Amino acid sequence: MVAFLLRRLFQAVIVMLTVALVAFVLFNYVGDPINAMVGQDTSIQDREKLRQDLGLNDPIPVRFARFVANAAQGNFGLSFRTAEPVGRMILERLPATLELSIVAALFALLVGVPMGVYSGLHPKSVGSRLLQAVSLIGISLPTFLIGILLILIFAVGMGLLPSFGRGDVVNLGGWTTGFFTASGLKALIMPAVTLGLFQLTLIMRIVRSEMLEVLRTDYIKFARARGLKARAINFGHALKNTLVPVITITGLQLGQLIAFAIITETVFSWPGVGQLFVTSVSAADMPVMSAYLALIGFLFVSINLLVDLLYFAIDPRLRTAQAAAKAS
Amino acid sequence: MAFETRRLILAGGAAIALALAAPFAAAPADAQGKVFRWANDGDVNSMDPYSRNETFLLAFLQNIYEPLVRRSKDLKLEPGLAEKWGQTAPTTWFFDLRKDVKFHDGTSFNADDVVFSLNRANGKGSNMLTYFATVKAIRKVNDHRVEVDTNVPDPLLASKWAQIFIMSKVWAEKNKAETVGDLTKNEENFATRHAMGTGPFKLKSREPDVKTVLEANKDWWDKKVEHNLSEVVFSRIANAGTRIAALRSGEIDMVYTVPPQDTDTLAKDPNTKIVQGPETRVVYLGFDQHRDELLYSNIKGKNPFKDKRVREAIYRSIDVEAIKKTVMRGQSFPTSLMVAPGINGYTKDIDKRPALLKPDDAKKMLAAAGYPNGFEVTLDCPTDRYVNDEKICQAVVGMLARIGVKVNLRAQTRLKYFAQILLPKADMSFFMLGWSPAATYDVHDVFINLIQTYNPETKKGQFNPGRYSNAKFDDLADKVQVETDTAKRNTMIGEATKIYTGEYSYIPLHQQAVIWATRKNVDLVQTADNSFQIRWVKIK
Repeated sequence: MVAFLLRRLFQAVIVMLTVALVAFVLFNYVGDPINAMVGQDTSIQDREKLRQDLGLNDPIPVRFARFVANAAQGNFGLSFRTAEPVGRMILERLPATLELSIVAALFALLVGVPMGVYSGLHPKSVGSRLLQAVSLIGISLPTFLIGILLILIFAVGMGLLPSFGRGDVVNLGGWTTGFFTASGLKALIMPAVTLGLFQLTLIMRIVRSEMLEVLRTDYIKFARARGLKARAINFGHALKNTLVPVITITGLQLGQLIAFAIITETVFSWPGVGQLFVTSVSAADMPVMSAYLALIGFLFVSINLLVDLLYFAIDPRLRTAQAAAKAS
Repeated sequence: MAFETRRLILAGGAAIALALAAPFAAAPADAQGKVFRWANDGDVNSMDPYSRNETFLLAFLQNIYEPLVRRSKDLKLEPGLAEKWGQTAPTTWFFDLRKDVKFHDGTSFNADDVVFSLNRANGKGSNMLTYFATVKAIRKVNDHRVEVDTNVPDPLLASKWAQIFIMSKVWAEKNKAETVGDLTKNEENFATRHAMGTGPFKLKSREPDVKTVLEANKDWWDKKVEHNLSEVVFSRIANAGTRIAALRSGEIDMVYTVPPQDTDTLAKDPNTKIVQGPETRVVYLGFDQHRDELLYSNIKGKNPFKDKRVREAIYRSIDVEAIKKTVMRGQSFPTSLMVAPGINGYTKDIDKRPALLKPDDAKKMLAAAGYPNGFEVTLDCPTDRYVNDEKICQAVVGMLARIGVKVNLRAQTRLKYFAQILLPKADMSFFMLGWSPAATYDVHDVFINLIQTYNPETKKGQFNPGRYSNAKFDDLADKVQVETDTAKRNTMIGEATKIYTGEYSYIPLHQQAVIWATRKNVDLVQTADNSFQIRWVKIK
């Protein structure tokens, strides 16, 4: 187990380095950050001096090595755009993104799994067809369109929910949270639904097809023959056996939720890291972009690791396989 | 079946939405004044008034900090922190300071703060060095008088310094913010997130990229308070659709950047209105008039743009009124000068574009210049800098096709665009740029930067990538720079203007419109420099 963890950690470092390197090469195509930093009438000499001072004239390998060396000491430099420390900029915005992604994932799971179970158990009913139709909308409409539609209906039309921002937040030792204020919770609804809708439909469809599959298997028939209650069969036996793929997908999708919250965050002006990244790209703010991409690389790797560990907890066969391997 | 169900759900949802539709509650107000909420697509990047030389940042910080000499609603200079100012000699300026001014923390304002701030703005890390190019020495005469020596006579110094804001010396020293933040070091500067000025509003709280809250300064020295606000909340809403939705739902009272396509909707909405006028920026096209062979053309061995007839034929074939009508939806103000109304040195009687040419006449003109079959050239354009920049260029492509000039359009994002177009690279043949003389609000800023001959040593013509050059013009521009007699100066400006327009050195297109949108109950003042001053906001 320890060896497994170490191996994974090593992989994580490689992945993050690769991501950072690719990012550095790509930055050359984003454009010139100097132009976004100075006023229109800054002289050519002053521009060139700034470029030199920031080390932008150095070759990419040198800049990359410098970035890695500094990052290893937890130093990501100052943002070209705001002159604030990049590490703090990201940390300040991370709670917003994490809260949004987790609520969106919970929404997708808590609504998606029951919907999937229901339509798996009653595949022919009108309700299931309705759910299928709704899920089609979730899959086919792009996120920004859903977001704007929700804003038009609930913010402009009804005036029920705020169209932008996070509402009032409470600061708990550096972690800002919107969970404890009415405006914070209200502000969370539309972004979370928008972000979670795609995952919801995905989960619902997977649970549904897995349920249909499992319900056909012999042990379910035997359980029925033994006269077990429908509830015990459906949830204790059938649902439990559909969970491995669901967990894989949810885990991988959580990474996606965090990484691709970008669009939702932009639409709802949600002050998270995704929006920070978009702003930074338009200003060619390289320190922020590289730190963000390294962070996302790290998140994906750690989520994958967590998912792998969860398999052990859920699927006893994996545990025995490992034990057997050790014994032999 | 599935499709029908889906339609049913959509229809049902829409019906519910319509049934429940209700107007959004109006913003609450406290006893002393109203809360004003507004939004822009970008944040104020810093609270440090010398960190960035950009319109939005300077306009925003002018609510908190103040200059010695400020601008009125029609962009004229008026007393700010200085009651009186002027020149005691051609190379010496004086500023007599107000005596009853206090910073937001209650400490008194005096000449030490002014000398400190000016030196800070002229020091390491500052982005405002342009405004100090002529300055030799800044000295305190007494607590309420500061004098400045310049290397050469500089009639525009006071005008330039309307952009330099005064900060508390004691506060800056206490918080180790004596210089502007240094990007190459890994330490944050206190003034990046905090502010201590004398202005009509105090900084109450700041969450970068999210929300910045100001509160009214009750002890402001200017007793002619024109606003009725107690608090100002500025939010950053990047997405245009959301920003407009937030205005329509009443969550915010004013939007600073309005996408042109939304102006009609907002004008028709009974709860909102559009405020617009011409901006001081002129958008124009320029030619490479320097290289002996164009980089991007099928003509080899010579440069067609060196021939005035070619420039004239192209200039007089571009229909700016058509661009205004079709591309800009009426939201542009065609011009023939490189400066706009509101800028010192704009002369209305010579702002007349020469008549459009018939395509055949233009072709004849090109033939006379030696291009009977026209020629091919690449036009470089930004895609995200000016309003509808790429579409304007597309229109130009069509207009020039009619006279046999085949224009290939190369459009790219501004961060790549400017690095390629501007000097020293100037990697282009035919290009689009825009310029607002934001440093001085004077035509000389345009002369020295855009039209004078490029010279890296004297820093002239630095933004003249086409490298137009005319000795007579250079001479006049140099004289305009140091002439302190207004009448003489204006005569020379007129002469210089006739030279550059007569030679078709550039093709000025138009000033784009400054477009803001507000709720119906908001009164504000829009100035042509797109600088939004909250001290003129009234909520009914």
